[in-house]
Formats: sequence, structure tokens, C-alpha cells
Amino acid sequence: MTKRIEFQVDPAAYRHWKIDYDGAVANLTMDVDENGGLFDGYQLKMNSYDLGVDIELADIVQRMRFEHPEVKVVVMRSGKDRIFCAGANIRMLGGAKHTHKVNFCKFTNETRNTFEAAEEDSGQKYIAAVKGACAGGGYELALACNHIMLTDDSSSSVSLPEVPLLAVLPGTGGLTRVTDKRRVRRDRADVFCSTEEGVRGKRAAEWRLVDEVIPNSKFDETVDRRAREFAAASTKADVAQGIALGPLDRTFHEDGSVTYSTVEVQANRAGRTVTITIKGPEAKPPADMTAFEAQGDQAWMLRAAREVDDAILHLRLNEPELGLMVWKTQGDAEVLLAHEALLMTNRDHWLANEVLQYWKRVLKRVDVTSRSMVALVEHGSCFAGVLAELLFAVDRSYMMEDEFEGDNRPIAAVTLSDANFGPMPMANGLTRLATRFLGEPEAVTAAEARKDVGLEAEEAEAAGLVTEILDDIDWEDEIRIFLEERASFSPDAMTGMEANLRFAGPETMETRIFGRLTAWQNWIFIRPNAVGENGALQRYGTGVRGEYNMERV
Amino acid sequence: MLDLINVSYDTQIPNNVGLSSDKKVLKALERWHPGYINWWNDLIPQNFQESMVYLRTAVSVDPKGWAKFDYVKMPEYRWGVLLAPQVEDRRIPMGEHAGELAWQEVPGEYRNMLKRLIVIQGDTEPGSVEQQRFLGLTAPSLYDMRNLFQVNVEEGRHLWAMVYLLFKYFGKDGREEADDLLRRSSGSEEAPRMLGAFNEETPDWLSFFMFTYFTDRDGKMQLESLAQSGFDPLSRTCRFMLTEEAHHMFVGETGVGRTIQATLDAMNKAGITDPYDINKIREMGVIDLPTIQKKLNLHYTLSLDLFGQEVSTNAANAFNSGIKGRYMETRIDDDHRLQGDTYVVRTVKNGLIVAEDVPALTAINMRLRDDYVRDAAGGVGRWNKLIEKSGIDFRLTLPHEAFHRQIGVFAAIKADPEGNIISDDEWEKRRDEWLPSKADGDFITSLMKPCFEPGKFASWIAAPKVGIDNKPGDFEYVKLHMA
Ligand SMILES: [Fe+2]
Ligand SMILES: [Fe+2]
Repeated sequence: MTKRIEFQVDPAAYRHWKIDYDGAVANLTMDVDENGGLFDGYQLKMNSYDLGVDIELADIVQRMRFEHPEVKVVVMRSGKDRIFCAGANIRMLGGAKHTHKVNFCKFTNETRNTFEAAEEDSGQKYIAAVKGACAGGGYELALACNHIMLTDDSSSSVSLPEVPLLAVLPGTGGLTRVTDKRRVRRDRADVFCSTEEGVRGKRAAEWRLVDEVIPNSKFDETVDRRAREFAAASTKADVAQGIALGPLDRTFHEDGSVTYSTVEVQANRAGRTVTITIKGPEAKPPADMTAFEAQGDQAWMLRAAREVDDAILHLRLNEPELGLMVWKTQGDAEVLLAHEALLMTNRDHWLANEVLQYWKRVLKRVDVTSRSMVALVEHGSCFAGVLAELLFAVDRSYMMEDEFEGDNRPIAAVTLSDANFGPMPMANGLTRLATRFLGEPEAVTAAEARKDVGLEAEEAEAAGLVTEILDDIDWEDEIRIFLEERASFSPDAMTGMEANLRFAGPETMETRIFGRLTAWQNWIFIRPNAVGENGALQRYGTGVRGEYNMERV
Repeated sequence: MLDLINVSYDTQIPNNVGLSSDKKVLKALERWHPGYINWWNDLIPQNFQESMVYLRTAVSVDPKGWAKFDYVKMPEYRWGVLLAPQVEDRRIPMGEHAGELAWQEVPGEYRNMLKRLIVIQGDTEPGSVEQQRFLGLTAPSLYDMRNLFQVNVEEGRHLWAMVYLLFKYFGKDGREEADDLLRRSSGSEEAPRMLGAFNEETPDWLSFFMFTYFTDRDGKMQLESLAQSGFDPLSRTCRFMLTEEAHHMFVGETGVGRTIQATLDAMNKAGITDPYDINKIREMGVIDLPTIQKKLNLHYTLSLDLFGQEVSTNAANAFNSGIKGRYMETRIDDDHRLQGDTYVVRTVKNGLIVAEDVPALTAINMRLRDDYVRDAAGGVGRWNKLIEKSGIDFRLTLPHEAFHRQIGVFAAIKADPEGNIISDDEWEKRRDEWLPSKADGDFITSLMKPCFEPGKFASWIAAPKVGIDNKPGDFEYVKLHMA
């Protein structure tokens, strides 16, 4: 894999999806171009997908919110005959490196979560209108929708055939959503997940695998009607016009570094480390939301979120060896908080809401990034509000204490705001601070009492907001030693340890997907029964069955 | 001891599988029976239901003398469950279990695959009856009407054959599938038949003959490959169905042949030598040869689509598991496992049709289709002999496999009947040269006038050389009930 995987998509150039906007209803049609695979060696037959198909979908979901806020209901359909979607392309999976498979699954999971949450976050409800076979990842797409409609033509079905057919799991949320979201009884779920052909007709509704089963002759009209009903019942405010998401201002450098307008990604391949520096806004915030809308994708709060998002995705897929991420910020915390405050005080404004929700998603993406992460709170930094969340997302943080010789930047401080106490929850449903202080909830209360105040090193440490504070004498050495040590550990053990430590507290469907389901899937993805030369995934399509080691582990 | 050759009529369902002592399955079948009869009664126009039709009914599975002929009202036809006799010590002929004893029970790990294949096969059987339901009204003779009904009742019996397997070996799932076989219906918007060709119309008798020649022949190839199955009851069922299927193809081949013959006779009589003098030929109430070619093009290509994707995982799995073999599997001289072998498949690369070696296991469908093409060419040769003999300069040909395809690699392109890739525009422009146009259809429909007088035939079709069951030319094959 030498070519760079690009997460920025030109909507005029979608190859796999078609969208037709019809007032409050958007009709989204999956019509995968067989020959449009991201890599060579497989064809995307029967509406199967690879990362490229999903990148387009993620782009569509994102633009739906920002560019088409008038949309209240999105109907997902297939453009193919007799097939809704066959799921992730098996040959692609069979040929992909473990790293790619894992990152592919993570991204697809994030995309599913994003459109699933669109109803609650943005008032955009997704309907899956299933005609034809809806198998594996195809059913997982439907599962992430808010409402599933299945035609009763005595052949259309929903199924999760991964286990019997491929010896892997329905790992894009499938197992979890069947039990946690659809609340299918576990014995029925067991039958469903081990039966290749799945379930069709009335039984699919009876088992709650779908919401409605509709006679085939009435299907299209019922779907249209349901879409209009949902749109009419929607409490989403009418918005006349969205804003355009233009291409990012972005330059790639030879050494792996990337320069964005607000983010500097500095790669150190030899040190297996990457430094991501977010530059806070310099100009004053727009006067009001009308002015913010006029700035559109150039408004700092939105621009920075898009750039950070793209940087993480780029690093995940294209720079797998940069195992240690160092997060830094530079800028004026007060100005940053003024930008944030405009959104926080206008949360009922559609665009303010969207930008804040987007930050929530970006921060969640940081949470589940399997790199060691450290934040360095240097002088001149602006870890305030949403950017302060980074401190609680990373594995450790170090903060400069007192003046440093020859450094005349403002003294390092951490500033909390309302954004740290509710609107940016983690996958576990808690704020990062609540998760951090699971054993000392009073620390959250104390921190909240001190919001909007710049806390310098000693105070920040006392409040438990940073791991360690270091003065001019120790800083350079301690940081160097930490980075060197961290970059030398086994990446597998690091990933495992960090993923376990990051998500304290309650389980939610989301944590179960990213934790339990993903971990099991990734284990299976390295086991010979699936991926060995004679494993089911490798043998799929040859006609010869996988050979299994029958020993239970 | 059970008599496994002669059909027992001691239950409502004639059979040679000892149904009377298999209470569980018998009960299930009896429960399904009324639904089947309803399906039949709703389907075939009422006056035909009450007519006496000279039909053959199976009385044994012995290849010699397995049927007897008599008048019967179709709803009283004894649809039965008939399996070819069990071959002692039969072995699985192919795949990773080659050489092992054939299975008498469904192996758990292949249950789904087997069920799917049986359901797909089962779905085609009633499908064609549904497609042909109104043809009786325009039968060109009582002889042809009888043949139509014979084909229909036997397709009905084939449905029974598949339903028996579902009841006997697939438990509750099998019963549900059996119900759905009656629920789906050809061309239905509500629940169409599973395969495309079985949702197309059979609008006229020439279509019927083309269908029984080309599409029933696909059925034959599928049955031939299922007859190789390591699951012995399926193999035995299919072996017996093949004896019936042969008659369907006979009806098709002779039907098209007699249509051609009527055209040739009329042309010669009028002294017309140019087969493209279409208006003049049509004026005589016969179907011109170029239009017959167009009908052939249509039905042949729809039938090619039934073989599915050229390169297919499902087909590979089915072969390797010993569920479905190749045509004449046991006569093929190889290891019957195919694990390292390759097979040539034509495909489209960079806008050209090229041949490519692919793993033989994945090309099972392609191989069966190639065998089909060879098999289908036989009758076309015999039709051409008729034309040759008449002295008229015309040849019927099978179009190229890339022509007019909806399934497989060629679905993505447009090609002419010679297999030259052409543009969409060109296709639109020339389509009516190659496939029946609306006007062609209207003309054929205009000829579809019933001819119900014993021994008489519609203008467009010649009399058969010999009668069914060696009956004389004016035999009353159907005693019509005219209410
Ligand atoms: Fe048949
Ligand atoms: Fe037949």
C-alpha cells in the first residue's frame, strides 16, 4: 500500500453513491461501481464495499448535516436489483494487511455511529429501505439506521453470515446492535448470527431484526410515505440553506509532515513520533451566528475541526508507524474561548449545534485512535474548552511550570469551559472529566467551579488536570526520555493497554462495539482459522472450505 | 418389503418412497396439498380444468414402461413423489468427499446450501406453469394443447418432488420454504419468482416452444448436475425428473420445427424464395424465418442468464462439497476434485472479449453453460436441415454468448449477435433487427387463433409426424369442456 488514502472527497465525483435531495427527504442510493475499488485485485460486486465506498458515505453523511440542514429524513436504498448490500468485500479483506483490516473496521464503525447518531444530534433520521439480500456489512449498514423497512417478496432477507461463511464476526457493530439496539433475544440472535441465509418476511419483524415488513407491491410507496411522515413529525427546525464544505487548505511534505491552515502535523519517522500542533484563532470571533454562517467553512471552529479530523484519519491509515502522537496547541486561549462561546450560547442554532456535535465526533475519533498519545502543555498554548478536552483524551499530559529561559510566550495555562462539562461526552456516555475522576467525583465539581479561569501549572496539577508539571530544568530531558521510552514499547501491548485504560466507567453500545466486538474481531483477524493460508477468509471464493483448528482457546 | 419401483397409490399422494409408513412427512404433505390444488385451480382457466386431457401418468420409475396414458381432468391428476431407484453402494462423484458413500441424510454443514439449491430449482417448476397459464386459449391444435398440459402437470409434479425433499429433510425451515414456493408467482410484483427468465411472459405459442426448447434445457442441465449430487435422495429425484424433462424438450424442438415447416411449405407453395420477403410471407399466415431467429435470440439469451455468474463462489462451494456436479460428471476423465485445475472463461477486459484461465472450481457455471450451448446446438442443426431440404437459403444460428445478456460479465456491455461489442446507441438503433419488436409480437399474436377441431392445425404450424402414444392424426387429445 504505497498510495495515500485520501479522506477528502469531491462530491461531484462520487463513484458509489447517488443522492437526490427532495426537500426534507434525501434519497441516498448505494450503487457501488464494481471497478471502483480502492486497491487492485478485487471487484466490488453485489454492492459490496471497501474503504473507498465508506469514505464516500462518511462524506455524504457529513455534508448532509452542513450542506443540507433542510433534510430531516434520509432514505438509504440500493441501486442494484435483488441485492441491498453484500457487506464488506471479502476478497478485499482476504488480501488486506491486518493493519488495514483493523483501520477499515474502525472507520466504518465510526461512520455507522455517525449516521446513527444523526437523528439525536441533528434531527436527521436515517431509514434503511431494504429490497433484496441485505447481508453482513449490508445489514450492519441497515442496523445503524434509525428505522429498517424490509420488503416481503419472499426472497429479500437480512442476514449476518460472517460466522458460518467466513469464520469472522459481523464486526461493524452487527453483533452488538442486534442485542443492544434491536434487543433481539439472545437465543434468537444466536440462531440469526449462525444461519447463513438469515431471516426474511414476517419473522424478521417478529424477531425485531427490522421495524417493518411491507408487501412488495406497496413497498416503494410505503417507504416514501414513511419518509414524509417522519419528516412531518420531525422537531428539527427548518433551515433554508446550509453552508458549503470546500476543499481543505492542506499541503503534504516529503517527510510525512502536513500543513493545514490551523494544524501542523510534524512527522518524525525515525523517532516513530508525530507532533500535532493546533493553532488557535487569531482574529476575533464572528459577531453572531449570521456572521458565522457567512464565514461558513472558514469559521475557525469548523475549519479546525475538519483539519484535525482529516489529520487523524490520514495518520491512522497512511502513517501506521508513527506510533506516538504528541498533541500541542499554540494561541490565545481567551480568543479561542470567545469563538467557542459564540457556539455554546447559540446551541439551538442549527450550525452552532452541528459544529459542536462535530467536535464531539472528532474528539471521539481521538479517543479510539490506537496510538500512544501525550499532550504537552507548553507556554503560549491554548488548551482551553474543546481543546482542553484533548488533555483528557490522551494517555498522559505534561505541563510547563514557571518561566522558561528565553521563552517569552505567555505562561502555560489550562482553561476549562462549559464545553468540558457536558456537550462532548465520550463513547461511555460520560464527559472526559467524569471518566477521569471516576473515583473522585468531587474533583469534577471542583473543576467546574473554576471554569473560565486560566489554571497555571501548580493549580492544574492540584486540580488533577495534567499528569505532571515540569520546570525549565527538567522539561526537556523528562519529555525526551518519556517519548523515547514510549516509542520503544511493543505497539500491540500499548494499544491494548491504552484502549483498556481510556474507557473507564459504564459500558454503552458504543464502547461494546469499539471494545468488546472490535477486540474479538481483531483477534479472529490474526487467527489461522480465518486468515491462515487455509483459513476461511483466504479460501473464500475458491470453493474449498476453510480448515479449522478445532481446539477451543 | 417396500416396492421401490412401482408407484404406490395407497395414499393421496402416489409415491415410491413408502409415504404410507412415513406418517410425519405424509401429514406435512397432506397439509400442503390443498394450497397446491388452490394454486392450480386459480391458475388454469376453468374450462380446461374440467376438460378431459389425454395425459401420461407415472406408474413406475422403471425406465421401460414408466407411464400409462389415459384421459384425466387435470385437477385430478395424481401428482406424486417419484425417485429413481437407489443405486447400491453409490459414491459421491466429486469434490472433497469424492469416493465416500453418498449421503442418505442431509449433512448438517451443507444443509443451507442444499436447501437453497432445492428451493431455487423448485421455484422454477411452478414458475413456467404460471407463465404458460393462458396458452390453452390459443392452442393451435388439440395435440399441442395436450402437450402444453402434459408439460404443465409434470412441472407441477417437479414442484412436488422438490417439496417432498424440503418436507422430508429440512424440517420447519423446509415447510416454510415449501409454503413460499406457492406464494411467489411469475411476474408478480408482490413476490416474483427467484430467477429472471421465470418472470418473463410467455405471450404466444412460438415463445412456448422456444421456452421448452431453450429454458427447459437449462432445467435439464441443472437437473443433470443435481443428479450427480452426493445427497442421494436429491440425485434420485432429479434422475427421475430428467425422464419427464426429455418430453418437454421434445415438445419444444418439434414445435419450433413444425412452425418452420409450415413457413417453408407456404413459401414453396407460393414460389417465394427470399426468406426476407417478410410481408408476403406473413400474409400467408405463417411466421417468417427472420422473426423465428429473433425469437430464438431472445429465449436463448434469457436461458444463458439462468446459468448465473461465469465465475461463482456458490457454484464452487456446491461442487467442492459434493452437492452439485458437472454435466455427465461420472463420464469426465479427471480427478473430479479440480483443486489445481483451470478452465477457460470468456470475459470483457478493456473493451475486448478475451479468454482467461480461471480456477476450474470457480468456473463450474461456465462449464455447465458451455455444455448447454453444445446441447442446444443439436436441435438448431435439425431445424436447419428442414430449411436446407426445402431449398430456401437461410440458416438459424445461436447468437454469441455476449449478445443481450443481463447476468454475468457480458451484462456490462452491448454486443451484436456475432459478438462484436457495440455502443449503446448502436444497440438501441439495431435492437429490433435482432430481438422481436412490438410489431413482430403483434403479428405473432394475430396468428394465435385457437384451432380445437381434432386433426386440424392453425395455419402457422405443421402437423406432427407421429401422434402421442402412437395415436392417429385426428385423435381427440383433449375432450374440451365448453361451458
Ligand atoms: Fe421441470
Ligand atoms: Fe420442464
